Amino acid sequence: MGSPFIFIILAIIAIAAALGMLLSRNAVHSALYLVLNFATIAVFYLVLNAPFIAMVQVTVYAGAIVVLFLFVIMLLGAEQLRGIGDEAPLGERLHRILAIVLAIALVGVFLYIIFTEGGASSGEIPMIDTNPNQLGLMLFENYILPFEITGVLLLAALIGVVVLGRRKQEKEGDNA
Amino acid sequence: MPNMVTIEWYLALSIILFTLGALGVLLRRNAIIIFMSVELMLNSANLLFVAFARYLSDLNGQVLVFFVITVAAAEVAVGLALIVVIFRTRHSINIDEINLLKG
Repeated sequence: MGSPFIFIILAIIAIAAALGMLLSRNAVHSALYLVLNFATIAVFYLVLNAPFIAMVQVTVYAGAIVVLFLFVIMLLGAEQLRGIGDEAPLGERLHRILAIVLAIALVGVFLYIIFTEGGASSGEIPMIDTNPNQLGLMLFENYILPFEITGVLLLAALIGVVVLGRRKQEKEGDNA
Repeated sequence: MPNMVTIEWYLALSIILFTLGALGVLLRRNAIIIFMSVELMLNSANLLFVAFARYLSDLNGQVLVFFVITVAAAEVAVGLALIVVIFRTRHSINIDEINLLKG
């Protein structure tokens, strides 16, 4: 599953990008860090022998979703909301400390379980045929109903967004 | 350094990324940043799906990731439209100030 050297470099970049997204005060910077994180995960997909998913990740996540985020941030002019480092009320500060303690506990417990109890020793892993051809066959043979339902879901999302995006005055104008 | 990457490494990375996303949801007050953190959590789950698909030599995991990405795209579109509508009526996307169901 890839060489340790590549894994460690990619993991450091991914975690640093996630931290940058979490900590940066400017929402545009957060979105750009998110692109970096998504791109790193796309490289992980390539390492894991999933080229189709990697390309979908780049086009849909890094392409469409983050561009949508950037559009909304710039549309609202909401780049500079209060960040993590600023003065906060006492209740919120306690809330932060509690959240960080809980996060550290969560990661600690999970890592302990994975590296002590797990013991899933992985020997030589057989390569699987994962070209997009195989994936497409699987999608249209075994998952045809979920695939169609996904189409309905996207249509519902599209109509919902159009309804939400209309301004009230126009709606009243239409009714009148 | 061990000379092979095992599934545990991917589990660890995925859990660290998921926790960072959860921290983002808990710590930030900007609704857009909270959405980005949710995307980060979805991505960490996707990474684990693909890693296990490779580990178990089973393509079903990759098909599932495909569906998760589609649903995430729909969710982001609707969520951002909601944020835009809320911003229009309340002139803020600080989630502490959004406390009414009725706009």
